[in-house]
Amino acid sequence: MKKMMTKKAKQNAITYGIVIIGFLAMQLLSATGHMSSSLSGLLIPFCYYVILAVSLNLVVGVLGELSLGHAGFMCVGAFSSVFFTKCMENVITNSVIRFIIALIIGAVIAAIFGVLIGIPVLRLKGDYLAIVTLAFGEIIKNLVNVLYIGRDGNGFHFSMKDSLSLGMEPDGQVIVNGPQGITGIPKDATFAIGVILVLITLFIVLRLVDSRDGRAIQSIRDNRIAAESIGINVTKYKLMAFSVSAGLAGIGGALYAHNLSTLSATPKNFGYNMSIMILVYVVLGGIGNIRGSVIAPIVLNLVLDYFLRKMQMLGNNVVLQFLSDNRMLVYAIVLIVIMLFSWSPKMIEWRERVFHKKAKEEA
Amino acid sequence: MSFLNYLISGISLGSVYAIIALGYTMVYGIAKMLNFAHGDVIMVGAYVVFYSTAAGMPAIPAVLLSVVICTVLGMAIEAVAYRPLRSAASPLAVLITAIGVSYLLQNLALLFWSSNTKSFTSVVKIPALKVAGLNISGETIVTIAACILIVVGLTLFINKTKPGQAMLAVSEDKGAAQLMGINVNATIALTFAIGSGLAAIAGVLLCSAYPSLTPYTGSMPGIKAFVAAVFGGIGSIPGAMIGGILLGIIEIFGKAYISSQMADAIVFAVLIVVLLVKPTGLLGKQIQEKV
Repeated sequence: MKKMMTKKAKQNAITYGIVIIGFLAMQLLSATGHMSSSLSGLLIPFCYYVILAVSLNLVVGVLGELSLGHAGFMCVGAFSSVFFTKCMENVITNSVIRFIIALIIGAVIAAIFGVLIGIPVLRLKGDYLAIVTLAFGEIIKNLVNVLYIGRDGNGFHFSMKDSLSLGMEPDGQVIVNGPQGITGIPKDATFAIGVILVLITLFIVLRLVDSRDGRAIQSIRDNRIAAESIGINVTKYKLMAFSVSAGLAGIGGALYAHNLSTLSATPKNFGYNMSIMILVYVVLGGIGNIRGSVIAPIVLNLVLDYFLRKMQMLGNNVVLQFLSDNRMLVYAIVLIVIMLFSWSPKMIEWRERVFHKKAKEEA
Repeated sequence: MSFLNYLISGISLGSVYAIIALGYTMVYGIAKMLNFAHGDVIMVGAYVVFYSTAAGMPAIPAVLLSVVICTVLGMAIEAVAYRPLRSAASPLAVLITAIGVSYLLQNLALLFWSSNTKSFTSVVKIPALKVAGLNISGETIVTIAACILIVVGLTLFINKTKPGQAMLAVSEDKGAAQLMGINVNATIALTFAIGSGLAAIAGVLLCSAYPSLTPYTGSMPGIKAFVAAVFGGIGSIPGAMIGGILLGIIEIFGKAYISSQMADAIVFAVLIVVLLVKPTGLLGKQIQEKV
């Protein structure tokens, strides 16, 4: 073993440690029967929220561009992986192997979409990039809603109109049914696989950030012109960050989809709302701070969940109803307050004054 | 429906986009930020008119009330959420906050006015015009007239008045404008006020033509109007008008001749093509990046 771990390696080890300890704690809770049903329902969502937040942070924090189409890549990953699972349901009966292949397919196809969308989009920056990624996210959602795929003895049939125009034999089965999406998905996702996926995501992102390529990506964020002038291929590195992020979002989507029985693309799950929710996690955890993106979704959801249960116990139905109906309102306020608090120059000055005072008193 | 009918409804929808796009383009030109919440100000404006006319207020005072409320709202948003971040280190900071404000407005609307679709009664009482077999509705006439009036009025305001000249100066160079004795904060606040007032008018016109009103009514037209502003060249007032009208025509034609479900995708495809072929838009200026 090396005598001294570098500071970075230590920091990364802490991040992995948090995930593993969290996993063990949850296992302990459920083994001793202390797990509430609402919490156990949140375990797999935690995993995909963390994967999505970490992957978005790669674009927002490390590359320094705002992507509002993250849910679109999640959608691609979800649909392509579930499509595979449905096709192979009777061929591969081992659910773990089937799910692993489905995850890889979801990730690869989402990453391909990331490259295809990234090539035109990454020539832009700032506000333009944000709005174009938003547009792409919406286009993907629209396309999935008019997509019909069926299978019969003659192979696959595609249509963009309706399930009747697939022109299938009577024994044919409609797999993707437009706005109804895909039904009867085997529930292949488990918490353990979810945690392993979180660790893989963290490994990929942390390795990337600390590598030569990662430093090139960060140099583009800090000063694009300076990076260009020392010979960094801006398009290549932007595309790298963007497509890795898209692929990881695809994994998140695949995990999400295999936790459901029916998958359809609605504004709620793959629309702009989802992209914003992930952005809230990234902002709350700290832009560019990967560990923050692991902690923020869990803490935010646990706090909200705790509040909801507290209100339920107190019988305060008004507040309970209010909070469960207006989760996004809470998120919006969190987003604005955190941004003002952490980025406004006046707040930064004020914080420095207060904390310096403390530091001085301690010294 | 014939080709000409589609064209007219395209121009009518495009005029609404143009009015919204003016708000975007002015704010973008001066504050160099994308005001994501602009679309939601439209929605607030429409709700104010909906409730005040439902309470028995005549149309014109209701629209004026809505303009006043939206103006105040726009200035409040600017002062609370955007001004503190204007000199933030990261350009993403103000953009993310703007998204937060947009979200806040939508969810507050959901809270106060519920997600039920309100059926908006048109405020326009002009009878439809029949010309050579074409049926042009009163809403269309008013929308197009309002758009032309607003564009002419704004152009005159910016070129002939002192506050307008101050806006131009601030959009050219904030620091130099300040040295010339221009109150930069007040000028930006004025820009937000005008943009939000226009958003109220756009909201009323939009809902008069397409009468279903929900808390999400504003967000799609808002994004499309930004596309229009980029199409016409961001920062340019005639550009916003041309971009808006062209986009409206493209959308209606796309709906009529290609696919009604894919109309939004077509509009966004336009944005992507414009940004790739001519990123400055039709009438925009080329801005050199300083090292």
